[in-house]
Amino acid sequence: MRHLIDIQNLSVAEIEKLIDTANDIIANPQKYSEKCRGKKLATLFFEPSTRTRLSFEAAMYELGGNVIGFSEAQSSSAAKGESVADTAKTISCYADIIAMRHPKEGAPLVASLNAGVPVINAGDGGHFHPTQTLADLLTIQREKGGFENLTVGFCGDLKFGRTVHSLISALSRYKGLRVVLISPEELKLPSYVKSEVLKPAGIEYVQTTSLEEYMPELDILYMTRVQRERFFNEEDYLRLKDSYILTPEKLKTAKPDLSIMHPLPRVNEISVEIDKDPRACYFKQVLNGKYIRMALILMLLEDAGKI
Amino acid sequence: MNIDSIKNGIVIDHIPAGSGMKLYDLLGLAKLDCPVAIIKNANSSAMGRKDIIKIDADIPVDLDIIGYVAPNVTINIIRGGKLCEKKSIGLPKILKNVIKCKNPRCITSTEQELDHVFRLESEEGKIYRCIYCETKAAPEAE
Repeated sequence: MRHLIDIQNLSVAEIEKLIDTANDIIANPQKYSEKCRGKKLATLFFEPSTRTRLSFEAAMYELGGNVIGFSEAQSSSAAKGESVADTAKTISCYADIIAMRHPKEGAPLVASLNAGVPVINAGDGGHFHPTQTLADLLTIQREKGGFENLTVGFCGDLKFGRTVHSLISALSRYKGLRVVLISPEELKLPSYVKSEVLKPAGIEYVQTTSLEEYMPELDILYMTRVQRERFFNEEDYLRLKDSYILTPEKLKTAKPDLSIMHPLPRVNEISVEIDKDPRACYFKQVLNGKYIRMALILMLLEDAGKI
Repeated sequence: MNIDSIKNGIVIDHIPAGSGMKLYDLLGLAKLDCPVAIIKNANSSAMGRKDIIKIDADIPVDLDIIGYVAPNVTINIIRGGKLCEKKSIGLPKILKNVIKCKNPRCITSTEQELDHVFRLESEEGKIYRCIYCETKAAPEAE
């Protein structure tokens, strides 16, 4: 049975198929509105995540299915000490597919090894979040028409940002990628991502501390939040925090067809004035997240012979 | 020094000198009630010095543990006083409950009944990664 735990579980062809399905759903929503009639998605959220959970739930409802689940560990049997394996076995008796978020790394993999239904990793600690990457990929495909020959700038916390590592890894499979890594020294991309992903794929990349330096070259600017708690001292944080806030001023030299992305939630790293700029894509990303989750639910249920 | 030859059992040869006791512990050989001999620092033309373990009983041994601690060992199976099979092992592709994941954010840190499973990523670098959280474990680390 297929599950989605890590974006690397999907081949390039499967990702393209998911994107095609998502685009078809966007174009013909009626065609899909009854596809999951009588089916149930269980959203097992052992830690709160309003956006991801609601995105999965909205996706299932729009496919005509139903949703059961919980949104925090306290309201589940985990509070009584039940193991992830037992929870997965139990929920498999009620639901046709599971979306799980858990604070511990590897918990969705444990669930997939024990569940009798497909399991989707909806985020396991700081580890994987494959459906965010799928939402990012759908957005890039819709905005740019494909994934080849793109110059992508990643800005902010590149050290701990799992969405950045995962998207770099997914994009590294396409031709002509150029990566611009924009971060303070303290939050540079870990060397293992460079040595295990960028270098083996022969991807050209530059590192800079300046948001403006490579702005004119970028096709996509992927912003992330620079968090106060990542710094050793307050002084460094205060010195650097404003350098990574995107403002209309900093966008002056950008291409007219730049796509500005952000996995959200945003705090202050993108000025609200940018929201009106047609190049802002972060709320489209949220919407695309729902459509790609619909495509994923369909793919996994079809594969399991349930629809 | 003479150790009686065994009739039916296993000889683990070419263990790097100093790793014999570690292997003895990890294989749980102390629990056996048959004769078990550990020969430390034996002369070896290929290795200089080596350890050898002789078990005088035809029991199953965990080849993954042996391969992990000493991938270049030779296992000799003795039956009726004669060598009937000789095999080399190499690093196992999967390690189950041989080493523990030390990442406090890993699911294995809270769910005690889970098997600790590592997958071999690089034979050259002897790199194993936890299948749950992908944390790297050095082969020598415990």
